[in-house]
This record gives sequence, structure tokens and C-alpha cells, in this order.
Amino acid sequence: MNAPLRRVAISVLVLFTLLIVNVNVIQVVRSEELRSDGRNTRVLAEEYDRERGSIVVAGTEIANSIPTDDRLTYLRQYDNGPVWAPVTGYYSLVYGNVQMERAANDVLSGTDDRLFVRRLADLFTGRDPSGGDVVLTMDPAVQETAMAGLEGVTGAVVALDPSTGAVLGMASTPTYDPNQLSSHEPAAIREYAAGLESLEIDPRLNRAIDARYSPGSIFKVVVSAAALSSGEYTSDTVIPAPRELVLPATSTPLENFGGSACDPSGRQSLLDALTVSCNTAFAQLGIDLGEDRVREMAEAFGITGEGFEIPLTVEGSTLGDIENDAQLGVSSIGQQDVQLTPLQAAMIASAVANDGTLMSPYLVDQVRAPDLSVIDQTDPEELGEPVSADVAGQLTEMMTSVVENGSGRRARIPGTTVAGKTGTAENAGPDHNWFIGFAPADDPQIAVAVFVANGGGTGGDVSAPIARDVMQAYLDGQGG
Amino acid sequence: MTSGPTTDPRAAAAGTATVPKRRGTELALLGFAVLITLVAQAIVDLTVTGSLTTELATFGLWFTALWAVAHLVVRRWAPYADPLLLPAVALLIGLGLSFIHRLDLAAQQAGSTVSREDAPVQLVWATLGLVLFVGVLLVLRDHRLLSRFAYTLALIGLVLLAIPAVLPASLSEVNGAKIWIRVAGFSIQPGEFAKICLTVFFAAYLVDKRDVLALASRRVIGLELPRGRDLGPVLVAWGLSILVLVFERDLGSSLLLFGIFVVMLYVATERASWLVIGLGLFAGGALIAYQLFGHVQQRVDSWLDPFEYYDGSGFQVAQALFGLGTGGLFGAGLGGGRPDQVPVAKSDFIAAAVGEELGLFGLVAVIIVYLVLVERGLRTSLIVRDAFGKLLAAGLSFAIAWQVFVVLGGVTGLLPLTGLTTPFLAYGGSSLVANFVLVALLVRISDAARRPAAPTGPPKPALGDAPTEVVQT
Repeated sequence: MNAPLRRVAISVLVLFTLLIVNVNVIQVVRSEELRSDGRNTRVLAEEYDRERGSIVVAGTEIANSIPTDDRLTYLRQYDNGPVWAPVTGYYSLVYGNVQMERAANDVLSGTDDRLFVRRLADLFTGRDPSGGDVVLTMDPAVQETAMAGLEGVTGAVVALDPSTGAVLGMASTPTYDPNQLSSHEPAAIREYAAGLESLEIDPRLNRAIDARYSPGSIFKVVVSAAALSSGEYTSDTVIPAPRELVLPATSTPLENFGGSACDPSGRQSLLDALTVSCNTAFAQLGIDLGEDRVREMAEAFGITGEGFEIPLTVEGSTLGDIENDAQLGVSSIGQQDVQLTPLQAAMIASAVANDGTLMSPYLVDQVRAPDLSVIDQTDPEELGEPVSADVAGQLTEMMTSVVENGSGRRARIPGTTVAGKTGTAENAGPDHNWFIGFAPADDPQIAVAVFVANGGGTGGDVSAPIARDVMQAYLDGQGG
Repeated sequence: MTSGPTTDPRAAAAGTATVPKRRGTELALLGFAVLITLVAQAIVDLTVTGSLTTELATFGLWFTALWAVAHLVVRRWAPYADPLLLPAVALLIGLGLSFIHRLDLAAQQAGSTVSREDAPVQLVWATLGLVLFVGVLLVLRDHRLLSRFAYTLALIGLVLLAIPAVLPASLSEVNGAKIWIRVAGFSIQPGEFAKICLTVFFAAYLVDKRDVLALASRRVIGLELPRGRDLGPVLVAWGLSILVLVFERDLGSSLLLFGIFVVMLYVATERASWLVIGLGLFAGGALIAYQLFGHVQQRVDSWLDPFEYYDGSGFQVAQALFGLGTGGLFGAGLGGGRPDQVPVAKSDFIAAAVGEELGLFGLVAVIIVYLVLVERGLRTSLIVRDAFGKLLAAGLSFAIAWQVFVVLGGVTGLLPLTGLTTPFLAYGGSSLVANFVLVALLVRISDAARRPAAPTGPPKPALGDAPTEVVQT
């Protein structure tokens, strides 16, 4: 019986080797994958043991961690939570983390490579490890004014510093209280989330960057830029502006807003066409320019269909497929399949304001170690130059006329010249209301985009006043 | 074979002092196992609660006394026993107790309403197990006596096996497996005892019948096939294991019993064809069970992809894998991980807790301790002189190996999950007590194996001695 016994002994060895190999695969090869799985709450629990860094705006912590007595040592709390929620996001036991809490997680949790030396020092000195701080570019007055302006409606506001790309404000409504989602009581968290989910629109969506909408007439700025850049047009060039435009190869007539004539003569200058936001003129202009030139200009402004990070993830804005001249005409007035995020709309205004140079938008100004020493400072970056300084000057002149004499009158600020463009976009529901603009027109300090979903009025009525308040709040703060 | 040599084996001990007994080695290794256990307990207390308690001293004294008694009993009544068996068991039980204590503390911290401490209970079970261990060594002076009760033990084994199947689910079902007897707050897994009873029976039965079962009828592709009429016993064992699978919904016990029988059949007859036949039968049975029964399908599905069934049947294994993956190479350290996130971590999934907190190195070390235990048992089987002892030692050792493989395989996703417990390590009274008896039998057989042959017996000392000299632990 000894021969089979030896074979049994060897088989046992093989079985155990199999176990050991399998354990090696799990604990070494798949270790990282299993450790970082979103459903593995071990790492999260470990994170809660560490003091998470703060999110700071203008010297004030809008998100910080305070010690508690319960098992998850630190509690995340948000000061003025609903106002900053679109940017901070939440840090939840149940739902993980989103927005800045996610994008800057490595810094906040202290695992970022730039904090490595510090971590090493913590290990030797026995100091409790903690995360680094993230200092945002945002301006409290802008953010608060924007959120107040959007109160009661669904919408978004984005404000940029045109010369750097720094995000000054990013509002989205309806909003929510991130404190409720970041508590240590899973049942309460789930209950609050269920309340949010039962709403028609989930407030946890940041409409400034997570969603795209038809831009309507604000897109005429891009078509104007394409026309002026072609060299065949100036702001004074007179273009056809009929009462009705029958689109090529269709029998569908395209009308102006309210069915009115843009000019009794049926022709008007490019400047006048933008001022009164003439649909027929811009549809024809787009068709005359051709798809390539319109698309190239849109891409130069950042409408490439590709998303990007600021470091929050921004949905890509797109023109959609344009199959024929009829669709090109409709696309040229910002309808058809043209879809922009409010951030993208603000980038258009910002590039015009910055003499044609588009700056890369960014939210994080500084990354600081727990001892407040700055370990990273963001340098503004150029994203491209969609238009020349000359074209930018002409566009500014045209957009100033919109606010001075046209549809954007309600964006006027006493004592300051404002440039802008309104948009009223048709969609399945009531019209979307847009306004993009910047101020002061001769020395732009702030560029904004205001979007109100299904506002039902016009961009000039609904969105322009919000833009005015936001710009004024910022300029007041800068001046005083 | 049941009659065996008639001489009293103890008579030999007096005459030959030349064979080393290695009791000193055993004592040193036991001391080492106890030391590791106490250090582990202290680390758990320090990291989780931040202070040492007086309970640790009580535990330390008790645990040390346990193994001191075991050692003295072996020294007196089984002086030639293998010196590695007991220390391996002590280390596994000690580690298990440390982890159960650690999980007790985690439950207390979580403010669990069930704040019952399981570690002291397990220590009581270990003590009871030790009493039985001593009892077996005292009462059973010669393992060959067991073969006289083979058929009685078979009956007992079958009854134990059948009880949970016929009991109502309220008294026998825990987490879907009907393998318990639950009376007055106590849960007993009779399958653990049935395993030993049936292994003794298999050994006695196969010693009787092996000559017949080894007869070959014809050769097919290099295999000597047995005669058709000899298929009876293997078919009975197969039927039994399928019944267990179906009525107790327990793949573990089913696999365990059938595996032990087939391997013992192979060892007894030296016919590899029995392995092939056994494997084929089990595969066929499992396939039919898979197609007929929903709970078997569910087990298999959640085994193939535990993450797909994360919110249901795959949750346990997924959590265990998270724990193991998070533990990585070195582990989170005793008290540093979150092994309490795996459901029933104390019993079925204690290996996941070991892997999470002691890392790959700790888990592999535990697997190697099992390997040492099993291979020492098989070595006993190799050198013991009588056929019954050989088969019994082989069966018992393989039972441990097979159970460890099936359980750890289940926890790590290598095999479908079963209701078996990790021997010695996991929380559970019946398993611990039964396995103490199993080890007592192995100690008894190994004592007979290494004991110099009685002067009146056939002179063949080289068989017992030569391998003993080689392994100088």
C-alpha cells in the first residue's frame, strides 16, 4: 500500500500548491484591483481614519473634516453646503465621492505622490497622517450671486477669468446639501438620496459641466467669428436677412423670432444681424461659409465632442452630424444637434474677451501640504487662439451692440460697458434661456455664461439679468 | 486483519531505548506555538483596545495548561508519537483563538447587539476536545481494537449523517445548509463526527475486502478495470454522498466523504482505476444535481463570478476577496484590517481574516502548517506495520487535507463555497472536538508506528526507524 500512499502524499502537496498559487494571484496580482474596487469599503474606512484635507475658497474652508467619537474617526462637513455643492460634490460612505472630492481625492486623502515625503516623515515622527488642502480659484461673491440668481429655476452659471481661465463661479440648480450625503449614518444617507432621486431632475448633476443643451442664438457668436476670420466679412458687411428663409432642398421656411422681419429692406449689416439676433441672416451666413469653416471655428473654441478635465470631468460639447445645407443652416443658429455645456458657452465669451486667446479653464489654484506650504501652483495655460485680436475686437463691438441696442439690454451695468449675446433655444419643453457675455468690454475681467433650462422666456429677459448681477458682484469686489 | 498481532505493544518499550522518542522536540515546539498565540493575543488587545487586560493572563495560563496536559499524557501513554502533530494543532488552534478574539472585539466596537464573546466559548470547546483527546489515548491503547467496532461505528456514522436531513429545517438549517442539529442554543455539526466514524469503518472494511476489490477484469487504455460485480461498495458510497448533497444541500460533506472513500479504496487496492471511476461518478452526479437543483446552480453561478452576484449569493466571497486583496503581501497587521466585514468571518471565512491581517505570508504559513500536519499523518501511515492502521492513518490525514483544500478553495474562489469549517482554526465546537479525536487517533497510530517492534514479533525494525532518523526537526 506504500506506493499509492506516496502518490497520495504528492497529490496533497499539489492541492496545497494550488491553494498557495491561487492565494498569490489574489493577494499579489489582483491586489490593487480588489483594493480599489468601489464596493470595497475597507480603503474608505482607512481613509476616514485620516484627517482629510480641506477644500478652500478665498481663505475659507468650504469643506473640512472634524474629529468625532464614532468608529469612522473623521466627519466631512461642508460650510454653506448647498451653495458650493456643484463644485465640492460629496464624500459618502454609501455613494463614494464625486466632483472635487473625487477629482482631488489623492491630495485630500494624502495619497498623492507630491505628499510622499510628508507621509514618510509622518511614519517616523509618529504624527497622525493627514491629507493636503486644495485651494480653489473661485470667488465667493460670484458663486453666491449666481446661486441666488438661479434660485427657483433649473439652470447653471459659469464665470471665468478670461485672461487666465480661472473658474470664478460654477453654479447649478436645484442644489442639495452634501452634509446629508456625507454623514456617518448609512440609513439617513440612503433616505436623503431617495428624496433626491424622486425629483424630476437629480440635483447631484452639475448642470454646468455634466449636461449639454441646445445653445440657440449664442452660437451665432461662433458663426460670426467664422465669417470675420474668413476675411470675406467685416462687422459692416451687409448680408441678406429675409423675413423667411426656405432651407435648401426643403420646403420648410425658417422664420425669425416672433416671425418679424430683421430689417424692412431684407438686408442688414453683420453687426445689426447679431444685435437683433436675426435667424434667417445667420442660417444663410452659415450655409454660405460652408460646414468646414463653421466646424473648424467651433472646434477652435473647444467644441470638439471630447470631454476634458478642470479637474472635474466636463462633458464634451458637440455640433453633431451635419448632413446637408438645410441642417447646416439650422445648426448655424444653434439648433439641430448642436449641444453645449454651460462651461463651453462661457469659454466662447472668454476667448472673445481675451483678444481671441482661449485659456484652459481650471478650478484648482493651489495644492497645499497639511502644514499649509504650497506644493503645487497652477499656471494658466493657453488652449488655443480661435480668432485673431482684430476679429475679437470686431466681435466685442458686435456683442457690445447686443447689450447696448439689442436683445441683451437687461445685462447693462451702469458705468460699465458690457458685451454679450442672448440665446433662446427651442427644445422639447419650454425654451432654454441663455446669455453669454463679459465685462467691462474694453478691459474684460469676467466672462460668464448663464443657462436657464426651460425658462420659457427669452435669454434677454431671463438670463441676462442673472449675468449682470454676477458680473457686477465680481467687479464690485475687484474695485473695492 | 481484525485480530492482528496478539502481543501487547507496550511490552516492547521497556526493552529498547535506542529509538528516540522526541518528546523534548514536541515540548519545545509546543512552547513555541503557545508563545506565538500569546503574542498574537497581546497584539490584538493592544491594537484594537489600546491596553492589555487581565483576561489575557487568565487565557495564557489556561492555554498553556491545556498543552502541558496534552504533552504529559502523550509522554506517558503514547511516548513514541510523532512530535509534530500536537504542536501543529496547538498553533492552529491558538491562531484561531486569536482571530476569534479579534473579531469579538470588532463586534463590540461596532456596538453589535450580539455582544456574546466567542473566544472563551471556543477555549471551552478546546478544553472539552482535549478531554476527549486524553480519553481516546487512555482508553484506546491499541488502534487495532477499533476495527472490532467497525460496523457499529458505520451505523453511528450513518445515523449522525442522516439526522439533519430528517430534522425540520428550523432545527437543522443554517445559511441554507441542512447539516446541523440545533438544540437548546447549541449547534452541533454531526457530519464532523460521522467523518471519523465512517473513516474507521472504511479502513476496516477495505482491509477485509481489498484482495477482492483489487481483482482486475480487463485493461482499457492502460487502466486495470475492476470486475463489474465489485462496483457495489463504491456505488453505495457515491449514492450516500449524493443523498447528502441533495437532502442537506451540502457540497462540502458530500465531497469530503466520497473523496475519503475513493482515496482509501485506491490506497487499499493500489488500483488507479478506482480513482478514475470515482471521479467520473462524482462528476456525473454533480452534473445531474446542477441541472436538477436551483440551490446547486446558484452556488456554482456565484462561484464562477462572485462580483456578478455581489448583492446576493456572491457577497461573502466577494468580501473575502476584498479582504485578501487589501491585505496584500504583508497584511494590515493583527487588529489593523476590517475582517469583520466578511459575513461569518469567525467560522467559515476565518482564513479570509488571516489573509487580510497577516497577508499572503501569514496565510501561506497557515497552509504550510496544515501541510506539515497532513504529511506527518501520511508518513505515519507509511511506516505503521498493520494494514488497518495504515489505511486509517491515510484516511484521517487525507480527510484533513481534503477538508482544508475544499474550505480554503471555497473562501478564495477556487471551488464553489461549501459548509465545511476550517479544521482547528475556525470557530465551531463540533468541528474542534471531532478533530481533536481525529488527532488523538493519529497520535495513537504514530506511537504504534515508531515504537520498536516487540521482541516476539517479526524482526523488521529498519522500516520504522530509517525515515525517523532523516527528519531531525
